Amino acid sequence: MSDRRLVRVEDSDRGGREPRYLHPEYRSSVKRAPAAPLVLLPEALADRTGPVFGTGDVAAADADLTAQHDGDPLGERIVVSGRVLGSDGRGVPGTLLEIWQANAAGRYRHGSDRHPAPLDPNFTGAGRCLTDADGRYRFVTVKPGAYPWRNHPNAWRPAHIHLSVFGRAFIDRLVTQMYFPGDPLFEFDPIFQSVRDPAARQRLVSAFDWETTAPEWALGYRFDIVLGSTPIEESP
Amino acid sequence: MTEPTPSQTVGPFFTIGLCARPQQELVPEGADGAVAISGRVIDGDGEPVPDAVVEAWDRAGGHWGRCGTDAGGAFHLVTARPAGAGGEAPHLALLVFARGLLKPLLTRMYLPDEKEANTADPVLSALEPDERATLVARPADGGLTFDIRLQGEGQTTFFVL
Ligand SMILES: [Fe+2]
Repeated sequence: MSDRRLVRVEDSDRGGREPRYLHPEYRSSVKRAPAAPLVLLPEALADRTGPVFGTGDVAAADADLTAQHDGDPLGERIVVSGRVLGSDGRGVPGTLLEIWQANAAGRYRHGSDRHPAPLDPNFTGAGRCLTDADGRYRFVTVKPGAYPWRNHPNAWRPAHIHLSVFGRAFIDRLVTQMYFPGDPLFEFDPIFQSVRDPAARQRLVSAFDWETTAPEWALGYRFDIVLGSTPIEESP
Repeated sequence: MTEPTPSQTVGPFFTIGLCARPQQELVPEGADGAVAISGRVIDGDGEPVPDAVVEAWDRAGGHWGRCGTDAGGAFHLVTARPAGAGGEAPHLALLVFARGLLKPLLTRMYLPDEKEANTADPVLSALEPDERATLVARPADGGLTFDIRLQGEGQTTFFVL
């Protein structure tokens, strides 16, 4: 048996660049954030493996959220594209991206969504794709609406698209939200504000992009996703 | 720009994007040696968490799967019995996402009938007994039970991500 103890650390927000588990302004975190310190796994035990997805896991049509029904969804058609990068700045090829979002009226196709805004029979709000050899991805969708929630009186979420990325290793897994530039709700949203550092928060905001804006058809937004390398215990 | 993109919660409606297709079988249910794992995700008040998703990765076997929790906080996974590798006892790595979690939680599920391997495991052996106990599944109905307590009495041991 090893007599080596593992290092315990308090939850860190990495200088404001990540949220903490406990962020009381976000009420649901209060009873769900772990209270005990976290265990730091030594470098030798860091798992650099993860699931691999392939073309069999996605259909080309999965990346066009406006073409999943008989008719066109209502709302402002947009192209969301960008690259998935490792912390070394290199593209991550062949990784699975999954997105989900509210429709243009701010309503999710989900049984628990009680917002009295209309569902759109032509919009499910889910998409997936694999990044190409350079780590690029591209979705066609509609701009999601802002929606109310019950976190505090008159609470509204800024418009956002939920986004999940697998990356190279199981522990590089990232689930985040992509926001739209200039949203007046940013300063009032405890989820967005859970990232304290303004520069880091800005990394959650897409950029309007002429290059991917398609004339007579759709506005383009660019959103690059950088996966962190998991910090590991320093060798002694 | 090579600073990492910050994490944000999956929110309450992630099933649209993450659970639309059944993925709780890491290996097919009828497969040789398949083992069923059931558990509940529980919050700091002891209440079930009905909007969590548990993702499982078996590094040794290369199996991956996930399951969203139901109204009672329960999740169900089917996998091949994990093998040990690299001096570590057989285990699954688990990531928990939920409304209220601004970033995922990482934990491990070890097997109850691997006492020798568990005793020698570099992670389990370096934890306090009460911490260790939260990481070992219990036998149940021919399968395994593994509850994940996010906070409070008997909190599951979580690792730095
Ligand atoms: Fe949302």
